[in-house]
Amino acid sequence: MQGSAVALAKPDTLRNSKRNAGTALRPEAFESIQINLSAVERRAASLPTRRSVKKEYQAAWLVKALTCIDLTTLAGDDTPSRVHRLCAKAMRPLSDELLKGLGLEDDPPTVGAVCVYPTMVPAAVKALKGSGIPVASVATGFPTGLTPLPQRLEEIRYAVGEGAGEIDIVINRALVFDQEWQALYDEVAAMREACGEAHLKAILATGDLKTLRNVYKASMVSMQAGADFIKTSTGKEDVNATLPVSLVMIRALRDYVEETGYRVGFKPAGGLKTAKDAMNWLILMKEELSRPWLEPDLFRIGASSMLADIERQLEHFVTGRYSATYRHPIA
Amino acid sequence: MVHVKDVLKSMDYGPSPEGNEHVTAWLETHKSGFGHFIDGKFTDPTANKSFKVTNPADGKPLARVALGTAEDVDRAVSAANRAFKSWSKLSGHERAKYLYAIARNIQKRDRFLAVLETMDNGKPIRETRDIDIPLVARHFYHHAGWAELLESEFPGYRPVGVCGQVIPWNFPLLMLAWKIAPALAAGNTVVLKPAEQTPLTALAFAEICREVGLPAGVVNIVTGEGETGAALVAHEDVAKIAFTGSTDVGKVIRKATAGSGKKLSLELGGKSPFIVFDDADLDSAVEGLVDAIWLNQGEVCCAGSRLLVQEGIAEKLYAKVRQRMEKLRVGSPLDKSTDIGAVVSTEQLERISSLVAKGKAEGAEVFQPSIDIPGTGTFFAPTLMTGVEPASTVAVVEIFGPVLVAMTFRTPDEAVTLANNTRFGLAASVWSENISRSLDVAARLKAGVIWINATNLFDAAAGFGGYRESGYGREGGREGLFEYLVLDSVRQKAADHVKASLVAAPSSTSQVIAVDAVDRTAKLYVGGKQARPDSGYSYAVTTPAGKQAGLAGLGNRKDIRNAVEAATKAESWGAATAHNRAQILYYLAENLSARADEFEARLRSMSGASKRDAAEEVETAIRRTFFYAGFADKHDGAVHSTKSRHVTLAMNEPFGIMGVLCPEEAPLLGFVSLIMPALATGNRIVAVPSSRYPLAATDFYQIVDTSDVPAGVLSIVTGNAVELAKTLADHDEVAALWNFNSGVDAALVDKASAGNLKPVWNGGSRDWQAEDAQGREFLRRSTQVKNIWVPYGE
Repeated sequence: MQGSAVALAKPDTLRNSKRNAGTALRPEAFESIQINLSAVERRAASLPTRRSVKKEYQAAWLVKALTCIDLTTLAGDDTPSRVHRLCAKAMRPLSDELLKGLGLEDDPPTVGAVCVYPTMVPAAVKALKGSGIPVASVATGFPTGLTPLPQRLEEIRYAVGEGAGEIDIVINRALVFDQEWQALYDEVAAMREACGEAHLKAILATGDLKTLRNVYKASMVSMQAGADFIKTSTGKEDVNATLPVSLVMIRALRDYVEETGYRVGFKPAGGLKTAKDAMNWLILMKEELSRPWLEPDLFRIGASSMLADIERQLEHFVTGRYSATYRHPIA
Repeated sequence: MVHVKDVLKSMDYGPSPEGNEHVTAWLETHKSGFGHFIDGKFTDPTANKSFKVTNPADGKPLARVALGTAEDVDRAVSAANRAFKSWSKLSGHERAKYLYAIARNIQKRDRFLAVLETMDNGKPIRETRDIDIPLVARHFYHHAGWAELLESEFPGYRPVGVCGQVIPWNFPLLMLAWKIAPALAAGNTVVLKPAEQTPLTALAFAEICREVGLPAGVVNIVTGEGETGAALVAHEDVAKIAFTGSTDVGKVIRKATAGSGKKLSLELGGKSPFIVFDDADLDSAVEGLVDAIWLNQGEVCCAGSRLLVQEGIAEKLYAKVRQRMEKLRVGSPLDKSTDIGAVVSTEQLERISSLVAKGKAEGAEVFQPSIDIPGTGTFFAPTLMTGVEPASTVAVVEIFGPVLVAMTFRTPDEAVTLANNTRFGLAASVWSENISRSLDVAARLKAGVIWINATNLFDAAAGFGGYRESGYGREGGREGLFEYLVLDSVRQKAADHVKASLVAAPSSTSQVIAVDAVDRTAKLYVGGKQARPDSGYSYAVTTPAGKQAGLAGLGNRKDIRNAVEAATKAESWGAATAHNRAQILYYLAENLSARADEFEARLRSMSGASKRDAAEEVETAIRRTFFYAGFADKHDGAVHSTKSRHVTLAMNEPFGIMGVLCPEEAPLLGFVSLIMPALATGNRIVAVPSSRYPLAATDFYQIVDTSDVPAGVLSIVTGNAVELAKTLADHDEVAALWNFNSGVDAALVDKASAGNLKPVWNGGSRDWQAEDAQGREFLRRSTQVKNIWVPYGE
């Protein structure tokens, strides 16, 4: 096996060319869902132990993870200059030496997007101009989503107007607790409409939703309302992205694709910090979905510190020596 | 050369081989072969015949191993026997320290053992590393605890002696742990024979025993084939046989040990149902199936190999299963991304292939995913067979490979019927999010281990073992310890058996002693009615003085058949509340008390008992009935401490229909002492009273008639106990047999019991007035433990 040529997937099959148009609200697709926590936990726990990726393969997988990162800063002390620094790293995440060692000089990877607060969108757009890297903006009263709906929609329109290509909205958790699916559907659909051409990522804040049935139902309603991505967390809840929660969300996503033919993306966010985390989630996507969900079209990782760990692992692959964090330019 | 940019397109996993250089170096040091481990030393591997052990993944030889002869076995048993004298005398704490050291050293050698096991067996490294070896260490830790606690937790019990243990090839080291850990904890010594296909981890274990300084002779490993195992089973100094393997060999062992008095535990085959209801978490159920039938290439005795799915969701579930199968990876067992490794041998591979072909010929639809299967080595693709019916061969026989057969059901009742429609009864999985339904089904399944919304969960603290032809005895937990202990107090009395001659012809000399003014006719008692014996004959019951005490029915095999048939219709007895059964036992005692004088007179006239003895026997019988009435709602099960957020219920369930051969002595008390515990725990009984003095038991049916005992729960068939015993032991509906009749040869019933592998308790003669003639042992022997795993969480 070692050294043999790898099978090449047809690149065009990896593009998600058909955007999710949503469907009518169809509670029958989720209301009777059954999810067994212990069984889901067993699967999630054994997934990373059933697959192992080493050497060139591991390096490639880590580069792939890098291209799926929504490099993020969502802090109260964000400034245009801080955003500028982040964008510089987003465009040139790997040093020339690493690119050469990986054989990727001709096609250097960049991250999937840069994710910021709405007021930082102009700075990011300016910094990323010409790079092809989209700017993602959180919106709709992030992280709680508890501002009035008109303001939340206006916030989307503002960010889109400033040039954001992707909008990470938060859903109204109360509507999930009360199982008010029509209201939730209407809100997300209105947000999707406000997004226009910009892609909508629906943050479920799964740490707040608590039960896995709630997670599944909220996933399904968001997709039916036209979400392009479903995303686990804002990063501000007590519990962020976990493998069990992710498993349930991508099973919902799989059911939705099977039913409608629309591919929806998945974005775990919050708490993913290491290269090992990246590998685990990639394995999850490959095992539970299929090859197209290993591309930034359909898979993003919301992270800020993960990139640095990936760089260190890649340097180890290239040099055979263990690297130190300070050797890599910070984001 | 693999390029990163190509992998970025393919996103393949690539190879990820586990290094095995430490193991190959170890095998190299044993190039001249492995000897047996006897008395703390390895025998000269070149001294005698040996056989080759190969790696099934590539067919290459790994080692040569000594072929054990009867002499080797004899030397090992002698060593174990010598070691037993001191090992059994060690304090529990001393034994605990050894077991703890073994557990620690297994952990320190865990990767070595995992790699060796994978090379020897062909199962994926992921499994040996994450499942087999951690469970091995856990088992020794758990039993280090039992060693420490033995004296306080099992007062009155002592070790059995030398244990002969024969284990299979599917979980070689884990099965060794399941056998050796409890044996040693309880103070026994062992001679273990690993499977000929996979002896290497047992030999590495022997080296670990030596490393930790385990006293010589406590553990002996003799390698070899079937004949070596047979020599071990047959050895007269072996006091206990523990076997895990096929049902066929289990039956051979049952017959071979018949009448030897050896304690026996058998963990045999299965065709375990995996039941999916329409309210199950289907995606999780699919993962459950992966763990059920594609763990260890499906070479698992408790594999969920029979998928029973509710009709409305069948196609949906099948589609999900097929989709999931496309993700399975079959390949090098040492690759860390392999799900399914090599089948253990070419023989096994051929068996699997031919059964699948047969299933296809019988009309099943066969699905195999379009995944890569290595061209060499004993690999078999994961297989799903739908359109299978209960009558299909593949639905009946154990395939022991990665082959799932599926069929549908309409209602929970039908699911239970289909699930129980098998000779086996090892395990079952139930998938439903409705806890009421899940527990209802779990309670009705005839299997020793039930997993709700899970499968193949194991823990040293929970018992594992089967119903029906999946064997008997439990491994793990408190219930497992009993297999390696015997009650210290029971010193069996030498039988003072006088062979009764059952003469059915009228006597020209003797006259019936009048008990009553009017002649009394003792009939059989079958299905709640007095019944004439099928034969139409009665025989004379003779007092010790040679007088005739009366006539008793000469029951035959048809009477037994009728009694068992009546018992099958009285199934609700086991489902009645324990309180309800207690009430009926109290009522029996009340009515017996009311007629105490009559029974006393019967005993005196029939068996020549003194007034004092007869009165005491009746009085004790009443007290004993009270004792078991009191116990009816107190023979509690347990909740085992296994995994977090899992309730593991150990439920004591009645066997169902039991045959009880009552002692010749103590005609009333012996009978009462045996039927009461079995009734209290919910069994239905076909009792054969003393042949010589049956009339107290036949008098007793009038008590039964007036005490609200449901028809068929207790039948009494008098006659020639030996003949009746044979029929009972042969009968497949009879789930357990107690033989306390010293006139009935243990070998006879043991041998006959092999038909459906009913456990037999040859209780022997004893003093029925003594304290040890009653107690928990009788309750334990009339029940089997069902472990129900209920994971929970929201």
